[in-house]
Amino acid sequence: MTAPRKKQLVRVAAGQGFWGDWLEAPRRQVEGGEIDYLMLDYLAEVTMSILQKQKERDPKLGYARDFVGAIESVLPAIAERGVRVIANAGGVNPPACAEAIRAVADKGGVRDRVRVGVVTGDDLLPRLDELLAQGHELRNMDTGEALDSVRDRVLSANAYIGSVPIVEALHRRANVVITGRSTDTALTMAPIRYEFGWAADDWNKLAAGIVAGHIIECGAQCSGGNCLFDWRNIPDLADVGYPIVEANPDGTFDVTKHPNTGGRISVQSITEQLVYEMGDPHTYITPDVIADFTSIELSAAGPDRVHVYGIQGRPATDKLKVSIAYRAGFKAVGTLVYAWPDALDKARKADEVLRTRLDHLGLRFEQLLTEFVGVSATHGPLAGQTHDVPEVQLRVGVRSPDRATVERFTRELAPLVLNGPPTVTGFAGGRPKVEEIVAYWPALIDKRVVQTRVEVA
Amino acid sequence: MRVQLVDVAHARSGDKGDTANVGVIALKPEWYPLLEKYVTRDRVRDHFRGVITGDVERYELPNLKAINFLLHGALDGGGTLSLKTDAQGKVFSTALLRMVVEIPDAEAKRFGLPEARA
Repeated sequence: MTAPRKKQLVRVAAGQGFWGDWLEAPRRQVEGGEIDYLMLDYLAEVTMSILQKQKERDPKLGYARDFVGAIESVLPAIAERGVRVIANAGGVNPPACAEAIRAVADKGGVRDRVRVGVVTGDDLLPRLDELLAQGHELRNMDTGEALDSVRDRVLSANAYIGSVPIVEALHRRANVVITGRSTDTALTMAPIRYEFGWAADDWNKLAAGIVAGHIIECGAQCSGGNCLFDWRNIPDLADVGYPIVEANPDGTFDVTKHPNTGGRISVQSITEQLVYEMGDPHTYITPDVIADFTSIELSAAGPDRVHVYGIQGRPATDKLKVSIAYRAGFKAVGTLVYAWPDALDKARKADEVLRTRLDHLGLRFEQLLTEFVGVSATHGPLAGQTHDVPEVQLRVGVRSPDRATVERFTRELAPLVLNGPPTVTGFAGGRPKVEEIVAYWPALIDKRVVQTRVEVA
Repeated sequence: MRVQLVDVAHARSGDKGDTANVGVIALKPEWYPLLEKYVTRDRVRDHFRGVITGDVERYELPNLKAINFLLHGALDGGGTLSLKTDAQGKVFSTALLRMVVEIPDAEAKRFGLPEARA
């Protein structure tokens, strides 16, 4: 292995916070100023199962296809300026994703300057029965249930892997690193660790890299997007700047964004992102290290710049989290809009009529939920008394293991337009669609069972 | 004096399975001790009675002037199973900021707290 370079500052820029994020962001991150790494996070819990279904239909699919366009848009920066890209875009098929990226490099005439690193080994689906037979129970972390109860409905099973294979790919001079189910935070921590040569037991520094990753893994959600603090005065969200971590060798770092971009980076915007999806803040578990979020210190360090320091970590556990997706029945959600006067009363009456009819049809659901959008959908009874609002959206959802039952429900909403309470509209979207539910099963597995592999070409 | 959290704190929420988390952050750093003192686990449990089916956990982060609450059984099963508009708990943040706490007048005045609007 080559010795790590001796950089004094490493800039990691976030360009996607989920699959479906702003298509412009990656290009803007490489064109807006100097960066060393572009980090793209594509995977949410349900994404893996969607990708697994795509791969079943076509063995060349199963990765985040947006990534191909993203690479196309930043190809000159990779080939000419030495910007390196790290992404978990591989989904359940990192090799196919790599093939698509090599094709893009070919087409751009820079194939000789693009070395694609591929990390595999997180996919446990082909080994699932073998693992269960060996006594790895993969019990649901939330409910304690054994996996046997849903085994025949499992669609995908992936271990969350950490920074080690990404660091190896960088050592082997990959300038585009593609992983499957890496943790979101490892995508940021790995290049910083690689550049500064941090040891595997340098817990405080590794934890700092993880915190940096947590801050920028949701893209603009730390730089003014979805920010409640002073939201009216956050400038120019149309042109929002995505975040950049400027990391120092000692584990401290700044979060900033390119000059002349919109949004805002402040202690408040960073704090909001730090508490996002937080569990026990003392124990943020990753494959590499446990980070203590109660040790994080923030200070304003200039316009759109926050300094982050003081972070402490401790040794990782001997387990990896496993994300399993399984088929869990069907659902459908339908809506109708009722107008003034007495909009809410009419919507309530319509719900009553609908439920009576479903009952008369003998339809039984696992779950039937009514919400009155504009009145109580998001805060329920906490929203308090409502006066005579101008309109209310009735929103009814059902869930059942039986597709036909859900299908029948979708036929019951439209008739209310002519045979239910008055001043109703908003049915232009047609009948609600029946959706197959792919549910999520979190589990743990012994680390030594999961071996990652890295290929660079 | 009645003080509503929306006037003294900001917040962000997210999900982990059927649990929503809400991080409540003091709008001014000097107000954080008041959050610690008055936004207790019991009060938050009462606030969400009838809205969530599980218990409430509470973690203090004095370094961030924030308190993190875990609201179990908040998401109608959570994730893709949930039929809720807010299946991922994205707006539990302001649901918690609706909470009103009673603070002795002298203390409220000393800290310059705004009185609840409603």
